Amino acid sequence: MSDAPGITGRQRYGRVERVWLGSKLLAFWQHHGLVRMVVQRTFALVILGFGISVVAFVLTHLVPGDPVAAELGQRAAHIPAVRKAYEARYGLDKPLPVQYEIYVSSLLHGDLGQSQLTRRPVATDLEQFVPASIELGLLAMGIAVATALPLGLIAAVRRGSALDSALNVVSLFGISTPSFWVGLIGLFLVSFEFGLVPGSGRLSPGALPPPHVTGMYTIDSLLVGDFATFGDALHHLILPAVVLAIGLFGMLQRFTRSAVLEVIHNDYITAARAKGLPAPRILVRYTLRAAWTPILTLSGLEFASLMSGSVLVETVFAYPGVGRYASQTALNLDIAAIAGVSIFVAVVYVVTNFVVDILYAVIDPRVRLG
Amino acid sequence: MPDGSASNVSGTLPGRPGFPGQPDHHHRGRRARSPRWWRTLKSTPGMALIALGIVVAWAVVVFLTPLIAPYDPLGQSSATLIGPGLHHLFGTDELGRDVFSRVIWGARVTIPYSVLVVVISVAIGLVFGGVAGYFGGWVDGVLMRLVDFVFSFPSIILALVIAAALGPSLRNAVLAIVVVSWPTYARVARSLVLSAMHSDFVTAARLLGPSSIRAMAVDVLPNVLGPMVVYATLGLGDAMLTLASLSFLGLGSQPPTAEWGSMISGAEQYFDKWWLALFPGLAIVSVVFALNILGDRLRDVLDPRLLTS
Repeated sequence: MSDAPGITGRQRYGRVERVWLGSKLLAFWQHHGLVRMVVQRTFALVILGFGISVVAFVLTHLVPGDPVAAELGQRAAHIPAVRKAYEARYGLDKPLPVQYEIYVSSLLHGDLGQSQLTRRPVATDLEQFVPASIELGLLAMGIAVATALPLGLIAAVRRGSALDSALNVVSLFGISTPSFWVGLIGLFLVSFEFGLVPGSGRLSPGALPPPHVTGMYTIDSLLVGDFATFGDALHHLILPAVVLAIGLFGMLQRFTRSAVLEVIHNDYITAARAKGLPAPRILVRYTLRAAWTPILTLSGLEFASLMSGSVLVETVFAYPGVGRYASQTALNLDIAAIAGVSIFVAVVYVVTNFVVDILYAVIDPRVRLG
Repeated sequence: MPDGSASNVSGTLPGRPGFPGQPDHHHRGRRARSPRWWRTLKSTPGMALIALGIVVAWAVVVFLTPLIAPYDPLGQSSATLIGPGLHHLFGTDELGRDVFSRVIWGARVTIPYSVLVVVISVAIGLVFGGVAGYFGGWVDGVLMRLVDFVFSFPSIILALVIAAALGPSLRNAVLAIVVVSWPTYARVARSLVLSAMHSDFVTAARLLGPSSIRAMAVDVLPNVLGPMVVYATLGLGDAMLTLASLSFLGLGSQPPTAEWGSMISGAEQYFDKWWLALFPGLAIVSVVFALNILGDRLRDVLDPRLLTS
């Protein structure tokens, strides 16, 4: 971004004020790493968005199969006038670039098309299923972080101890186990054998959902002070959340452990110890802070994937979230719905990455200035 | 994410000394206080050896399947939903098929196809990552944006979409997993190539003026392959989990083929018959667990960065 030597501002911009403004902007650009990062990331985001829309377009428009027949049925599709009217209605008779243009403009207006499975707009479906996944994901993430961070830290500090090895085995088990299998076994033991929690869904049969505010039943029921519904919703959430948290715990615990190990032998930690600072304070203020960046990245990615629903766990528990919607529509070749889910998921990913990058820069000055 | 997927990031295993050939002063005091059984367990290479044993055992199963399985995996009988016993070690399913034989035959589906996934993905990753790292500049930029793009979808959702668009079959599931997994290897290969390129001996070799391809193959590639083996080992476990997951959802192997994921899916309706889901699941866990331990161990041996910490 620096000016080439020999070219003065006057030659380049012609007007003194603009030179002044330009140099100010340049200085601002160079000295505000955070702003620079936001601008660069926003640019990357636009490119990524373009890529995602192209893929979704290809998926919805070029997948083998006759969309007219799929939508109207074989009989109607064979009547030329009906076919023509349908194609004109949805712009299918136009050249591909024009069709893409129509597609993107409808996307930007929040129109994701119509699901053939539910016979509703995909956007409406997502509006219903997304809060359910967020609720489940947040609880799972909370459980995983609350256990994995301290245990990862302890494993790193007590490296090589029996506790470390035991935690290592538990975490390895967490990442090596298919979640749908743990879910089924959990369903069998906890729900069927001992009857501790209900098996599926978000609420007991016959129970009315709380008035819609966020779409998350736990929060909505608390908002109106309906503790019975809150308890019911939580009761339905807990087992799938724990199953989801097992895999997350495995990743986070191992990650925290190795991130802490990377920094724990650094000189500044030794110095802090030599100064006689209390151990817990060193661990939290010095060690964990330095290990924070990689942990944040992983948590961000996992968070994004949870927000877009866990396909497997939601399927096992018949939990009506985005993940289950994705697998059901995929199995029924409901292309508009799959494309809609993909776009939603990609947007969540991109936005989460964006936020994580910004947090990065806020936490770690090296990222900001480097 | 720095490089590779989350499962590739790990610490160390028990029993590994801080430095090879040096006493581990750090833990001496603690070790003296630990119980005897624990010391014995730690002094043996233990877990890694067990893991190797499990992997070798499964490899034997893959090659000698017909000799090990007592029944035809597809052979139905009137003895349906019998619990585990002498005649049927793991019981029978709703069609009277022997679960043990089906688990054994399932190894012939999951293991070879997962290996295939990893081999193809590593090959693509090596080519793309190698080219990106070696040539740099806009080639690097374009290839890495492509990688970022694939990374912006959770792998299971992307695999789901691809498998659904292509039609549910084992072959398409393999294809879908390759599409979602090559970028990980490409990223790793790129960073390995970059660091190899900056080492003095490669610079010296390049000064002699060989062609790009020759320089890549002779000087850079050998330094990349070793670490790639580690990632491939860890990736193999992931590939198995994803393949089983797709089959579980009905997008991979189709019935009546005996495959672990689809066996668990079939068990969903009979979940009070615990043996239907338990044994195929244990099969998956045992292989993936063993592969992860081996991968960790290989990584500890091959990654000098961890030894200095």
